[in-house]
Amino acid sequence: MAASEDYPEGLKYHAEHDWARIDGDEAVCGVTWFAQEALGELVHFEAPEAGATVTKDASYGEVESVKAVSDVIAPLSGEILEVNQKVVEAPETVNEDPYGDGWLIRIKLSDPTEVDALLDLGAYKQVLEDS
Amino acid sequence: MPPDTLLKTPLHARHAAAGARLVPFAGWEMPVQYEGVIPEHRAVRTDCGVFDVSHMGELHVEGPTAHELLQGVLSNDLERIGDGEAQYTLLTNERGGIVDDLIAYRVDPNHYLLIVNAGNREAAYAWLKERELRGSEVRDASDEYALLAVQGPRALERLGLPDARPFTHAMGEVGGVEAMVNRTGYTGEEGCELMCAAEDAEALWDAVVAAGAVPCGLGARDSLRLEVCYPLHGNDITPDTDAISAGLGWTCALAKEFTGVEELRRIKEAGPERKLVAFTMDEKAVPRQGMTIAGGGTVTSGTHSPTLDQGIGMGYVPAARAAPGTELTIDVRGKDRAATVVPKPIYKREES
Repeated sequence: MAASEDYPEGLKYHAEHDWARIDGDEAVCGVTWFAQEALGELVHFEAPEAGATVTKDASYGEVESVKAVSDVIAPLSGEILEVNQKVVEAPETVNEDPYGDGWLIRIKLSDPTEVDALLDLGAYKQVLEDS
Repeated sequence: MPPDTLLKTPLHARHAAAGARLVPFAGWEMPVQYEGVIPEHRAVRTDCGVFDVSHMGELHVEGPTAHELLQGVLSNDLERIGDGEAQYTLLTNERGGIVDDLIAYRVDPNHYLLIVNAGNREAAYAWLKERELRGSEVRDASDEYALLAVQGPRALERLGLPDARPFTHAMGEVGGVEAMVNRTGYTGEEGCELMCAAEDAEALWDAVVAAGAVPCGLGARDSLRLEVCYPLHGNDITPDTDAISAGLGWTCALAKEFTGVEELRRIKEAGPERKLVAFTMDEKAVPRQGMTIAGGGTVTSGTHSPTLDQGIGMGYVPAARAAPGTELTIDVRGKDRAATVVPKPIYKREES
């Protein structure tokens, strides 16, 4: 069952339709409701390996629906601590719960000051309005 | 092409009102999905779905020499069908390449209806018009009609239509709308394609949806046809690919004379250098059109199969690597992914 449109408070957003939940020098990252809605039901998550490095604004994986594939952009730089195996096994989890069970990676931030460049909820909603 | 120059079918307002996602396709603004590709795909495999395929072209070929004209330009043998029957066939060029693949419906010996691909409507019409014989006339009537594909194991039952043999056609009525009922389709399921006057399109659509058909978009149409290995013109077959290499030799009556037949006989005799094969992915990966197959091959169609829940596709490979069971390596955006050649179709409906 697809989730209803929602952009929670308390997350940081990236204009490429990614979110990050910051916890000290770690962050959990995923894609927003808008991103999963645009793609449709996901059938594949081309996941990176734990231990790999991700770079802010660069692709770290791909999500695919029947019709289309899209890069997933890292909102922040760091090292991957964990990949969400539930999404690897059942990619539609992202459609069902994009901010909860449908998270994609957990990272250790290499430069926590990068967080300041991310969008808050209001700024991200402006991005959605303008797109 | 800017959106305002895209063509719209008579059902465009219905699609927009239903919240369909509309995309450009072959010069038309068409629904790619309503609720989602996967539920729509499943509806067709298990029950019944309806597709607006009014963007396809309808060409009437009429006159005492209509049959002779078509016998000379179409690959299949129209002598094999009678009035009220239909035939899958190819419009071929001098090189044996495929100008279009289409279905010819025989109304009577002096009247055939050809339903052609949307993207080839002009090319097919021009091709035929140039070759008109004295006593035959080709007319593009595409704008006069709407075409609805109602597909799935319960399609005919839901529409209250009698069962009929595949590749037959008859006039019928659905929801008070008169339509040509064609027992043809592009999904590998039972069902029909209903052709009605453009002004009746909304009434027919409403009746079909009210009968329980799930509105489906081009996304599901593509995943359904690829599971059953029906070729898509522009992807799997083109003016530069021939029927023998594409595995469509069965549509070519090589004993008769038609455009390109000498070249097709030569390819048949020598054996094609490459073949269009079907494959399934051995790893979690989705093949896509244009990806390279190691050893000199190319993916021509690829998707995630909702029925099999794995990546599937078709592509050309050297003939020596075309046997089912052959292992292929496909470059999926920079990563080598294993696939295996499988017999066509990839998915086969269980006989009931």
